[in-house]
Amino acid sequence: MNSQQRSSTISEVITPNHRWFKFNLREVWRYRDLVMLFVRRDFVAQYKQTILGPLWLILQPLLTTVVFYVVFSKIAKISTNGSDPFLFYLSGITLWNYFSDCLTKTSNTFVANAGIFGKVYFPRLVLPISIILSNLMKLGVQILLLLSVILFRWSFHGLTPEWNFYVFLFPLLILILALLGLGLGLIFSSVTTKYRDLAYVLTFATQLLMFATPILYPLNFAQGFLAEAIALNPLTPIFETFRFTLFSISNFEVVGLLYAFGLSVFCLMIGITLFNKVERSFMDTV
Amino acid sequence: MDALKIEGLYKEYRLGELSTGTFAHDLNRLWYRLRGKENPYEKITETNDRTKRTEGQYVWALEDINFSVAQGEVLGIIGRNGAGKSTLLKILSKVTSPTRGSIAIHGRIASLLEVGTGFHPELTGRENIFLNGAILGMTKKEIRSKFDEIVAFSGVEKYIDTPVKRYSSGMYVRLAFAVAAHLEPEILIIDEVLAVGDAEFQRKCLGKMKEVAGEGRTVLFVSHNMTAVKKLCNKGLLLEQGKVAFMGSAEETVQAYYAQNTEVIKTFQIFENSPSAPGAMGVYLKKIALSPSDPFIDDHITLDFEFFDTENRQNIAIAFDLLNQDEMVVFGSGATLKSNDSIFQATCYFPKNLLNEGSYSIHLYVNTEGYQPLFSLPEVIRFEIKERERTHGFLGKINGVVRPELTWKTA
Repeated sequence: MNSQQRSSTISEVITPNHRWFKFNLREVWRYRDLVMLFVRRDFVAQYKQTILGPLWLILQPLLTTVVFYVVFSKIAKISTNGSDPFLFYLSGITLWNYFSDCLTKTSNTFVANAGIFGKVYFPRLVLPISIILSNLMKLGVQILLLLSVILFRWSFHGLTPEWNFYVFLFPLLILILALLGLGLGLIFSSVTTKYRDLAYVLTFATQLLMFATPILYPLNFAQGFLAEAIALNPLTPIFETFRFTLFSISNFEVVGLLYAFGLSVFCLMIGITLFNKVERSFMDTV
Repeated sequence: MDALKIEGLYKEYRLGELSTGTFAHDLNRLWYRLRGKENPYEKITETNDRTKRTEGQYVWALEDINFSVAQGEVLGIIGRNGAGKSTLLKILSKVTSPTRGSIAIHGRIASLLEVGTGFHPELTGRENIFLNGAILGMTKKEIRSKFDEIVAFSGVEKYIDTPVKRYSSGMYVRLAFAVAAHLEPEILIIDEVLAVGDAEFQRKCLGKMKEVAGEGRTVLFVSHNMTAVKKLCNKGLLLEQGKVAFMGSAEETVQAYYAQNTEVIKTFQIFENSPSAPGAMGVYLKKIALSPSDPFIDDHITLDFEFFDTENRQNIAIAFDLLNQDEMVVFGSGATLKSNDSIFQATCYFPKNLLNEGSYSIHLYVNTEGYQPLFSLPEVIRFEIKERERTHGFLGKINGVVRPELTWKTA
C-alpha cells in the first residue's frame, strides 16, 4: 500500500467520550508484535548482570521451599495431609509465585511506565498482557522443575505416584490465576495513579492473601470461622484442585472452580474498564 | 483534503498538588453525575493566564481550539511558554485525552519527540530497533523490511549486536533517530522546544522535516525559532493563553507573535530588598537597567547590574545572552564580580553601532565563582533599538543581525 491510499483509509477521531465497556482488544491484537517484544525485553533484561542468570528461576522456589519445609514442617509440625511435605510446599509456591508476580508486576503499570506513556501512544493494555505472558514462561520452567523433583522423589525415595486423570485441568487453573492476577493488577494500577496509598495497601494485602490461601497448610487444617473465610477465597479451590490432581489429597469441587473462574472474569472486566478509563487521562494526574 | 480537523477542543488541568482534596472532589463529581448534573468544577475553570494568581483550582490549558490542516501543509505552531503548544501536541499524539471537542485525523501520526522511547540499555542495537519500532506502531514485518536501511542511516553497523549501554551518546541518538525517521507517517509532529540541547539532532530534525514536507506529507512544527518557522512553514498558528490568537501564513503569524511580545518592553528591574527579589542561595537581583532606556542604533548603551550578597559570598560570576526577536542568541558576555558592603555591582558597555534595529531580550545567568549555576533569569529585560531617520543614501531597512559601521574606501 502506498501512503496515498493509506491516508484516505486510516481515519481516526479523538474525542473525550469514552464508552465504558469498549475493551479495544482488536487494537491490542494489532500490537501483538509489541507484546512479544516486551516479553523478550523482560527476559533479557532481568538476568543481565547476574552470575547465575536464568538459574535463579529454579533456585528461588527451591530455596523458599527449603525455608518453608524447615519452619512449617519441622518446627511448627503442620500436617500436609500425608503427602510429601517438600512436594507439597514446592507445588504451592510455584502456583503462588505465578499469581503474585502477575498481580504485583501489573499493579504499577502506569506509575512505572509514565516515561514511555508520556511520549507515545500504544494500547496500554499491551504492557500488563506482556507481563502475564513473560510470567507464564517462567512458570513453565518452574513447572518443569516441580515435575523433575516429583520424578526424582518417585524413583529415588520410593514414593508412589498419586496423580490422577484430572491433571488435564492444569491449564484451566493457570488461566484462572492469570485472569485474576491481571484483573486485580489492572484495578490496582488504575487506582494508584491517583491514590498512591494503595501501593502500600497492596504489599500488605498480598501477604495476607498468601496466608489466607491453603499454600502452606491443607484446607482442612483451618477450623471454624477461619475455614469459612478461607473457603470464600477464590484462590482456595485452585490450590486445592492442584493438590488433588498431583497428590490425590484435598477436595475437588467443580462448584469451587466455577466460582473462582466467574470471580476472576468479573475482576478482569472491572480491571479493563477502569484501566481503559484511566489510560486516557492519567498523564494529567501521575 | 484535510489531514487534520480540530473542532471545539478544550483541555482542563487541575492546579496545585493532588492530595487529600482529590478524593473529596472525585466523590462530589460522581454525586453530581449520578443525579445527571454538570461537572461542578468545570464552572470555576478559568482562562490560562500564568501571570495572574487564580482563585479556582482548574484552568483551561486549551480553550475552544478550531482549525484544520490540509494534506501536505507545513504548519508552524508558535506562542509563548505555557500558551498550550505542548498540550495540543500531547492530545494529537493521544498521550492524553481532550476534555471536550474532537479531532479527526486522516493517516498515521508520528512525532519526533518520541526518539529513543523505550530503548532498553541492556538490549542490543538490533533488539532495540525492533522494540522501539514496535512501540512507535510498526509491525515486525515492516521493521524487518526497513531494517537494513535503518542500520545504514544510523551508521552503527559495527555495533548493532552490542548492548546500547555501551554506545556513545552520539551513536545512541543516531540509532534512535534512524528508527523514528523510517516511520513514514502521513502526519509528522516535531517539537523543537523539547529537542533543545543537541545541535546535531536539531539539524537532523529540520532536515527530515524538509524531506517529509517535500514528499507532500503533513508536518506540524512547534518552535521558538521564528526564522525556522518563516523558512520552513507555509502556514502558521499562534496560540495565546490556550486560545488561537492568529492563524494565517507563516510570515503573518510570526508578525502577530512579535506584536504580542512588544507590549512587554521593560528596560529595567529594581528590587528594594532581597526577599522580594529573584535569585537563589544568597544572591538576589537588586537592579538591572539599560540606559538610555530608549536607545538608537548609534547610542552608547550601558547595562547596569546590582545584586544583594546576603550570605557573604564575596565573589560571583555573571553572564548574559543577548537574544534578538527570533530568539536567536546574538552574543553572550560575562564577568566576575566582587561584593562591596554586601552588594555586587557591575556595568557593561556596548559599543555604538553594534545592534541592528529591532527588539532584544537579555537572558541573565548568575554562577558561583567556580561557575556552578546559581540561577538564571530569561527575558529579564526586553528593549527595542530604534533606527535614526536617514535623509540621504539608502532609506530602506538594512538587513542583518548586527549593524557595524564599517570603513569603506571608494575610488
